[in-house]
Amino acid sequence: MATKASRSAARLMISPAVLLLLGWMLVPLSLTIYFSFLRYNLITPGANPFVGWENYYWFLTDPSFKAAMVNTLLLVGGVLLITVAGGILFALLLDQPMWGQGIIRIMAISPFFVMPTVSGLVWKNMFMNPVNGIFGHLAQALNVQPIDFFSQIPLLSIILIVSWQWLPFATLILLTALQSLDQEQLEAAEMDGAGAFSRFFHIMLPHLARAITVVILIQTIFLLSIFAEILVTTNGGPGVSTTNLTYLIYVSSLLQFDVGMGSAGGVLAIILANIVAIFLMRMIGKNLDA
Amino acid sequence: MGHIQLKGVKKNFGDVTVIPTLDLEIEDGKFVVFVGPSGCGKSTLLRLIAGLEDVTEGVVEIDGQDATGLPPAKRRLAMVFQSYALYPHMSVRKNIAFPMKMARIPQEEQEQRITEAARVLNLTDYLDRRPGQLSGGQRQRVAIGRAIVREPAAFLFDEPLSNLDAALRVGMRLEISELHKRLATTMIYVTHDQVEAMTMADKIVVLNAGVIEQVGSPLELYREPRNLFVAGFIGSPRMNLLEGSVAEKYDAHIVGIRPEHIEVSAASGDWTGTVGVSEHLGSDTFFRVNVEGFAEPVTVRADGDVDLHYGDTIHLTPDPHQLHRFDRDSARLA
Amino acid sequence: MARGVTISRKSVNTIAAGVLGLLMFFPVLWIVILSFKTEGDAIKAPLEILFGTGWTTESYGTVQARSDYFKHFSNSLIISLGSTFLGLLIAVPAAWSMAFVPAKRTKDVLMWMLSTKMLPPVGVLVPIYLIFRDLGILDTRSGLVIVLMLINLPIIIWMLYTYFREIPGEILEAARMDGATLREEVVHVLIPMAIPGMASTVLLNIILAWNEAFWTLNLTAAKAAPLTAFIASYSSPEGLFYAKLSAASVMAIAPILMMGWFSQKQLVRGLTFGAVK
Repeated sequence: MATKASRSAARLMISPAVLLLLGWMLVPLSLTIYFSFLRYNLITPGANPFVGWENYYWFLTDPSFKAAMVNTLLLVGGVLLITVAGGILFALLLDQPMWGQGIIRIMAISPFFVMPTVSGLVWKNMFMNPVNGIFGHLAQALNVQPIDFFSQIPLLSIILIVSWQWLPFATLILLTALQSLDQEQLEAAEMDGAGAFSRFFHIMLPHLARAITVVILIQTIFLLSIFAEILVTTNGGPGVSTTNLTYLIYVSSLLQFDVGMGSAGGVLAIILANIVAIFLMRMIGKNLDA
Repeated sequence: MGHIQLKGVKKNFGDVTVIPTLDLEIEDGKFVVFVGPSGCGKSTLLRLIAGLEDVTEGVVEIDGQDATGLPPAKRRLAMVFQSYALYPHMSVRKNIAFPMKMARIPQEEQEQRITEAARVLNLTDYLDRRPGQLSGGQRQRVAIGRAIVREPAAFLFDEPLSNLDAALRVGMRLEISELHKRLATTMIYVTHDQVEAMTMADKIVVLNAGVIEQVGSPLELYREPRNLFVAGFIGSPRMNLLEGSVAEKYDAHIVGIRPEHIEVSAASGDWTGTVGVSEHLGSDTFFRVNVEGFAEPVTVRADGDVDLHYGDTIHLTPDPHQLHRFDRDSARLA
Repeated sequence: MARGVTISRKSVNTIAAGVLGLLMFFPVLWIVILSFKTEGDAIKAPLEILFGTGWTTESYGTVQARSDYFKHFSNSLIISLGSTFLGLLIAVPAAWSMAFVPAKRTKDVLMWMLSTKMLPPVGVLVPIYLIFRDLGILDTRSGLVIVLMLINLPIIIWMLYTYFREIPGEILEAARMDGATLREEVVHVLIPMAIPGMASTVLLNIILAWNEAFWTLNLTAAKAAPLTAFIASYSSPEGLFYAKLSAASVMAIAPILMMGWFSQKQLVRGLTFGAVK
């Protein structure tokens, strides 16, 4: 409900945002798609001939692509598992009455504000270093062989670091959702004779279902693009054991300067992210109507 | 000056016509009330005059000038909203000063008008408070203060009293009427409450589904409602509307008789019935009477001290001069 | 919920949550401690570090001398503030339009804007890198301001939109009736009323921009590198460096950690696009 004048003002005022985002989306996206069909390497200048699906063929048949896909899935899946399960427990605990809840909550969510390069390096050196790290010292004190995290369990190490960063996010969102649960519903269930466990499974968990889905979807979007943590800890190694799709594309385009190959990988990454995005957008869209 | 004329005005929202083509003239200095049930288009009509909505067709003239394309700011109208729409981040003083600031009126002049408005509206002690610290009635007065300092061509009120409690509403009603007498500026007032319309208006515009059912002074509408809708809407309690054999006796499809125009007698009368529930207001008493042969009970007014009880048999006689007759198309028969 | 809770149950809760909170916070706490140690002390056993060694602030000085902390800090500051405020400038009018003059397609536009946020950065890395190279804005602060503004713009618009929607339209109409132009309506009425919401939007976006570590690492070298890249330079260290790394890390995260503490509530709203309230 408005006048023609305010509607045209509205169009005028929204257009910078729309044009910028449209440009930001369309220009690089179409270039990526275009490059993905060219033989285009920055170190070998000259013509960039059209090669059809060649880049896709080489990218998909490269053994490191298969490894990267597996690593990406393990990384995303592992972090999701830890953060969602841990987040539910954390949220349930923090929702209980206690003293100093504010300060405890602040401590628990702090890792989310630590920049990825810092958390990568701090965990790698101060904790996971087999000689000087805390875990190393701990093993020595217990007289067991210390684990060399980044040689023995490189991917798991990355999963642990990333989980530390994202656990607060899951906790915070699930806690918010938990606090919006109608207390009278719980009390009614208690009156009906439901014990703590059945209250959790029949009332709290269904109430949290939506928040859990949101956590999973949003985290997946971000976790597919994990980059800095790998860059500062393992550089994708040993071998390709910690190379995820994002890192693989970074290696082929910015380290090997193979623009065509990198772009083909980019297109694949976009397709992968879009599959998740579709589900996420549906949920957000539903909420917009409510 | 505040002569407002709507010529062939029509409003659609998308495919839905909210106001079919209508003409309306609002004379300078009049207190005009738009009244009707919710969703009748009265607020939309007000917003069309204000310029907050575009007319789909037609012309809005203010003081003889075509204002159809003018933005609200340029129409020299002031509006008091249902929610008061005060600026919560500004003090009362700043709220009242805002339209003058926008009009770039000199500071001294602003001060002078604020002081005067605050005096008139009893707000002097509250000028430095925020709207959040005021009661509903005080907020209402601030909203009015913000409107009067602009010295507009006309005031527009959109259900301004509906958020106040009953006692305050009566008080504010009188204050607004008094303000109108003193300023003698055109006021257009939207309400769904026919009591507000009857008590305040020089001229009432009854709206139903976007259509003007009748325009006239309160007494004209009371005495000669042009159709069934107006007959049923104006007057409290409602006019009794009777169908069937009673109406046929008066050569009409439906006859209407107001509760206050029925004589009650214990001995004899045109209609006989039993007393149902009664409402004692002190000055008057209203009875629901179940009359033999009528489909619905009849509401009757009696004196406050009348001695009638549930189940008593009584006789009723309508005043033939106050009887309203309507045809099949619900229009008034002369 | 007016129910008594026994003291003992409350104590158990407090201890359990406290231990978990402390475990989560421990890495941050640990680097604060290490940053005040000498390099030699920083690699000792934890208990020895805590109780058997002295304290010093020399690492902080060394970090500044070795890798010019302040230059990187000011890069981070300019990039995160610049991208946030530039984004705000573009987002306020857009959010105003969608919140107060909604059209049939408003919802679609909003969803489409969000969808741009779902684009994986690596998918457009190559063209952005090449465009930046050709425009000569690789390793410049203005280049990063633009990129970070664009990637956070959907979040800024979205957050402002949800805050604006809570402001009754009648108040803006009142301003219009009071003779305010569109600009005056936004400046004198909308923005002052939306200050709390705008503050949390700004806060969250500074945090996101400050910690962004894909574009800042890939589009900068020496000149425009912010703190994310400054820290990354410690991934190939020479000699003993724990105390220095700790000091550098503390300096890189401290400002944003404090901002984060203040904006926890808004974080949920901003990062879930209103799907969880």
